[in-house]
Amino acid sequence: MVLDRLRRGAFARDPKKIPDGLWEKCPGCQKTVFKRLVEERLDTCPECNYHFKMGARRRIATLIDDGTWQEWDAEMSSADPLGFVDSRPYPERIAQQQAKTGLKDAVLTGRGRLSGIDVALGVMDFNFNGGSMGSVVGEKIARLFERARELRIPAIVVSASGGARMQEGVVSLMQMAKTSAAAARLREARVPFISVLTNPTMAGVMASFASLGDIIVAEPKAMIGFTGARVIQETIKQELPEGFQTSEFLLAHGQIDLIVARQDLKAELARLLAYLKPAPSARGAHA
Amino acid sequence: MSTPFDFLEPLSRLQDKIDELRQLSETSGVDVSREVASLEAKLTAESERLFASLTPWQRVQLARHPLRPQTSDYLAHACQEVVPLAGDRLFGNDEAIVCALATWDGIRCLVVGQQKGKDVHERRRCNFGMPHPEGYRKALLKMRLAERFALPVVCLINTPGAFPGIEAEERGQSIAIAENIREMAALRVPIVVAVIGEGGSGGALGIGVGDRLLMLQNSYFSVISPEGCAAILWKDGAMREVAAERLGLTAEVLQRLGIVDEVVPEPPGGAHRRPQAMAEILRAAVARHLRELLALPLDALLERRYRKLRAIGSVIEPPAASA
Ligand SMILES: [Zn+2]
Repeated sequence: MVLDRLRRGAFARDPKKIPDGLWEKCPGCQKTVFKRLVEERLDTCPECNYHFKMGARRRIATLIDDGTWQEWDAEMSSADPLGFVDSRPYPERIAQQQAKTGLKDAVLTGRGRLSGIDVALGVMDFNFNGGSMGSVVGEKIARLFERARELRIPAIVVSASGGARMQEGVVSLMQMAKTSAAAARLREARVPFISVLTNPTMAGVMASFASLGDIIVAEPKAMIGFTGARVIQETIKQELPEGFQTSEFLLAHGQIDLIVARQDLKAELARLLAYLKPAPSARGAHA
Repeated sequence: MSTPFDFLEPLSRLQDKIDELRQLSETSGVDVSREVASLEAKLTAESERLFASLTPWQRVQLARHPLRPQTSDYLAHACQEVVPLAGDRLFGNDEAIVCALATWDGIRCLVVGQQKGKDVHERRRCNFGMPHPEGYRKALLKMRLAERFALPVVCLINTPGAFPGIEAEERGQSIAIAENIREMAALRVPIVVAVIGEGGSGGALGIGVGDRLLMLQNSYFSVISPEGCAAILWKDGAMREVAAERLGLTAEVLQRLGIVDEVVPEPPGGAHRRPQAMAEILRAAVARHLRELLALPLDALLERRYRKLRAIGSVIEPPAASA
């Protein structure tokens, strides 16, 4: 009832009428919006369609048919190759991120059905240490590509990441090579890979597997790029153009195939996959 | 005034003395050979002592030394029959990445290397060794050429990083690097990569995937610059020396982690003191790896390359977890 009236916008802008904690401020339009309404719209703003950051579990629930999800490598967690310490030791940081998010690391992978289509899906979670790619993300993504190739089912990866995980040094940098090498084999086998870029997808992830989709999809107004805007500004000492490094900027510069709103993502992925069928056999690439 | 190279001061003082004595002998005809020999022995001993205990941050300084040999030096001193190849045939010719057909110790190959430039003009043209997407695309185009004509590839890494700029983003810096990494992982000719100076992150990796990874003794290879790391993790630029220590960016650490296959020694006092001698050392090391790789059947080579990349990482899994 209340929700109905909210949808009509009658007192959507009058927070006083509804108890605290049920409202949140939209970073897109700065308006105070009703949380349940945002959730109902898959975490987008009813006023401006701003796409809030979405956790990996929730993302999977929005894309995969009920009861069909089987998670892969669920227990994998990070070691500490360098014995890295900054304000705290790296293993402590990991433990704290695990407690905060209920995740082992910054990506979930598995197999499930998307509108009836058998797919291998990976979803990154920005809440876990900024979605940074270390050994766990690299290994799980590489295995995802290898399994998709073996099973001959399409791979989809939804990215959200600030880049490589500094605390693993060059080991994290080399995850770019590891994931891209696995993507090369998937491509050679002519099994499709759709990369979905969400806010934000930057640096080491964007400069590796996230840029290697047969199709690259982005959510609206996501921040996507190689170098962060602050570093660019400090280097060139110029104002950055309006809308720099947004999905729309990438689309205009020919770097992505399409922008899809979150509410339409599942249907659009299914539509794409109907065209991009894995080649029929392991020798498909040579058929 | 302090410079990043203050720690090399004792060596320069000795070198100055040697130069002075030599000049004196030339103008006056006095025989100083004994004094010179003893000073040179002292210089060698002193540089050995100094270089045995360099900190990672000092290594980073040496890797950035303005006189450090660059790709152009290796093309001049380690190669014959050099034919430079320009352009990506799409947008332009990025001089931050040099490509050349070259004969490396008798082996015909393609050399791809980052170039920082030696004087003000060349540095500007080379954008201080920071490539744009067209640089990576040029490298890929030439590597495809090498693949078609069965020429092995030698990559020389020396970049602070891919250029962080508006145009670089507009032309797809991420995509250019990602595609190079993917294509190099599967390129059907041997690839030997050597870090000759700075190995700055994704910008280095964009020409850095291959069968063997070599690092000069005083080069570095890192996921982020020590300055950048200090600013992000400690919110304090002064922590850069600590960051250099923690990032494990030296050749020895990376060899221990199984990422680097060989640490290439530098002449006493560092590569910048004897570019020609350095080129001789690197020529021999790279040629040895090229010969080993050329002897492998192609499928075995590619499978090994894949396994090598695939094995990098350190994760914890419960025993029966991976189904
Ligand atoms: Zn809004």
